[in-house]
Amino acid sequence: MAKKVPLQITLNGEERAEFVESGSTLLTALRDRFDDTSPKGGCNQGTCGACTVIIDGELRLACLTLAEMCDGASVQTTSGMAKGGVLHPLQRAFMEGFAAQCGFCTPGMIMAAKALLDRVPNPSRDEVIEALAGNICRCTGYEPIINAVLEAARANSHNAA
Amino acid sequence: MPLSLRSFGTVEEASAALKAPNARYLGGGTLVVRAANEGDLTFDTFVRATDARLRNIEITGSTVTLGASVTMAQIVKHPALAFLAPAARAVGGPAIRNMASVGGNLFAPAPYGDFAVALLALGARVDVGGKTVDIDRFLATRDESRDVVSAVHFELPKEGAFRFAKVSRVKPKGVAVLSIGALIEQDGAGAVKAARIALGCMADRPMRAKAAEKALIGSMLTEDGIAGAAATVGEGTEPITDPVASAWYRAEVLPVHLRRLLLK
Amino acid sequence: MIRLAKEYFADQRKDDLHELGKGLQRSDAPGHVTAKTKYFADRTFPGMLYLKMVRSPHHHARIRSIDTSEAEKHPGVARVLTHKDVPHNVYTILILIQVGPEDEQVLAEDKVRWKGEAVVAVLADSPRAAEEAAAMVKVDYEVLPAVFDIDAALKPDAPLVNEYHGQNYYLYDSGECRKVRFGDVEKGFAESDHILEQTYWSSPIEHAPAETTGCIVVPEGNDRFTCYTNTQAMFFTLDNTSIILQMPGQKLHMVGGTVGGGFGGKVDVTVEPISILASKLTGRPVRFVYSREEEMQISSPRAAEKIVLKDGVTKDGRILARQVWGYTDAGAYSRHSPYGAQKGAAHYPGPYTIPNVSIDTYCVYTNRTPSSAMRGFGVTIADFALEVQMDKLARLIGMDPLEFRFLNAYRDGDMKAHRQPTEGAALIECMQEASRTADWPVAERFFKMSSYKTEA
Repeated sequence: MAKKVPLQITLNGEERAEFVESGSTLLTALRDRFDDTSPKGGCNQGTCGACTVIIDGELRLACLTLAEMCDGASVQTTSGMAKGGVLHPLQRAFMEGFAAQCGFCTPGMIMAAKALLDRVPNPSRDEVIEALAGNICRCTGYEPIINAVLEAARANSHNAA
Repeated sequence: MPLSLRSFGTVEEASAALKAPNARYLGGGTLVVRAANEGDLTFDTFVRATDARLRNIEITGSTVTLGASVTMAQIVKHPALAFLAPAARAVGGPAIRNMASVGGNLFAPAPYGDFAVALLALGARVDVGGKTVDIDRFLATRDESRDVVSAVHFELPKEGAFRFAKVSRVKPKGVAVLSIGALIEQDGAGAVKAARIALGCMADRPMRAKAAEKALIGSMLTEDGIAGAAATVGEGTEPITDPVASAWYRAEVLPVHLRRLLLK
Repeated sequence: MIRLAKEYFADQRKDDLHELGKGLQRSDAPGHVTAKTKYFADRTFPGMLYLKMVRSPHHHARIRSIDTSEAEKHPGVARVLTHKDVPHNVYTILILIQVGPEDEQVLAEDKVRWKGEAVVAVLADSPRAAEEAAAMVKVDYEVLPAVFDIDAALKPDAPLVNEYHGQNYYLYDSGECRKVRFGDVEKGFAESDHILEQTYWSSPIEHAPAETTGCIVVPEGNDRFTCYTNTQAMFFTLDNTSIILQMPGQKLHMVGGTVGGGFGGKVDVTVEPISILASKLTGRPVRFVYSREEEMQISSPRAAEKIVLKDGVTKDGRILARQVWGYTDAGAYSRHSPYGAQKGAAHYPGPYTIPNVSIDTYCVYTNRTPSSAMRGFGVTIADFALEVQMDKLARLIGMDPLEFRFLNAYRDGDMKAHRQPTEGAALIECMQEASRTADWPVAERFFKMSSYKTEA
């Protein structure tokens, strides 16, 4: 049987602790132990970006990150984006802009976009494309997603003004 | 055997633990965790070193030292390493660049390992197992190595002397058709005094284009001046075939992309 | 931007539509953006077993023996399944609509016919233990010669791919191919000024959905099973599983409808029957999810096709005769390909009225990954070939390619080659609009044409 190790993380602002299997990935830990299925396992090889999360402010792939190495870290996922039932501007823009079709890549896309907007509030189109380069969508052809991120940035700056 | 992770404070301790046949050193995870996810049964123990110095970028005089755990994102952001940013940015997407490490890239099999191509062109030296070896020798013997890479060193190139190109079909992130790194020293008149050209995807690991390097000596970087290098750049190559491109295709387009890089 | 061009067919329309032309919020979008949408794999159950399939490393081989004894002893392994465990091991999806024969083994018994074919299913309490045990299964193969393309498979001395068919093509009730005969194609060629015969090839295409194929099965007691699946074909899956497991359908509760991308790649029945069987035999929940490599290599792609088009055309731009030989590479098994090839037969004249047509479409077996459905399978590659051919024909007679299509476009009332009268055609109007939008001008007379009126 696999050795179990304690893992304490701040998941979407909430202190959480669970036992996880040594050598297991953060993706498995989040989905199977922390009941957060927002990161998806699309390839488990670092290619598709469906498992993208933000760890201590940095964009990471949960499928290639060992859970134990995140002990004490702050982990953000898409399931923690809506606050008090109010959608984050990115979520609203994705919804209204038809940027989610089958929806499987959406949580990863939103994380990648959030990491960008946290750093660059008003990105250029090229910056958006660059920021989403690690996330594969097989439905939309990307245009609605890129537009949604730009729209969210506009909505953000409008709210800030 | 179930998987497990063993963490050590120092590279020495991690090296000792790595002597077990079922252990694999874990850098950024983009190669080794992937292998485990895909059912690689040749190892069951991840070994890592947590020494913070492995994440350091130091520049002393003209010598750059990159700790083995320095990530591609760290290099992209470093103001003194702007010349190297295109090579670091060539690796994966933003999330991968926050994980993929300098040390790991040295072990990446083609078509991966774009950053190692740049290091090969720079003539880097590799700290491994308490010794410092030339990157050429390191790459040749990397499969047998059971030691931990702790850092790489290289000299800051003169302004404009380093060139890098990654050719891929999908942009901005795509697996390499090929990549080329070149370090070219020119005299006052513009004639090439010294050249190191490194190629990715032209073998199972980064390799030098020694015939092309030789052909460049004394030449100007003009259409005529580089003709010899373009004609000989394929010498000794054994390009890989994968879903991105065939060996034939890679061999055909290599001179084209070398030409573009040298005339840039 | 969507624009409703209401000026077309104005007299045929009751303009009382309430939804068309208006943007509507997708009902599933709130779930997607909050990640509350539940895909089949977004659940875990205590005691769940992981299924790992041992697959053929050969394109074509006889199985001499299967030894699972070492794997069974491996720590964490709950059960190892072979063909002997499957109640009705030979199936074909379209048997539900009487398209037989059953030609594919759920777990290979005597032969493997493509590289990647399922042979042994290992069930263990962790993915790692399942991987390890799968590596311990010993299968002794006698490698056989294999065929990899349509031409090689149809040679008289080609190795036989699939014994259930007896020859390397599907035998329709119409014989070795689906046939359409309309007018007199030889007479049409004789009256033509030019004849152009071209061959078009396509390669298989993988759908590569973001979410790989898979299911999770939970035994509910009373011999009933809930199967959480991302199939695109819930009832194909239910009914085929019922046949394979010889279990009445009411014992099987399929839960699905949320699919992380399918594009036709999730209409085969490959993971559910074996997972439900495994759950039945172990009494435990079972999870079987394709790895990304399996999704790329094992899940069926769009078929490779070979299409030979022979057209007779007059110098003033009328196609008088079209002869087609279409070949669909089904891979080793039928899956949906006999239907795909048949669909091609009805489609080949394209949206053009041609008085003399002859079509033969073949469904061919090779030692490749079985192909199946993908977005308009049977007609998409046909359209590629047809439209390239149309451009070549136009060039041959020195005519503008769009004007050439106006001349040959089908209109309401025209009889199609497979004896379906054309109705509701709007090709002329679409081309008129395309001509304006793409700024590809055509002669004024083509703007006077209509799909349902002949021009004066």
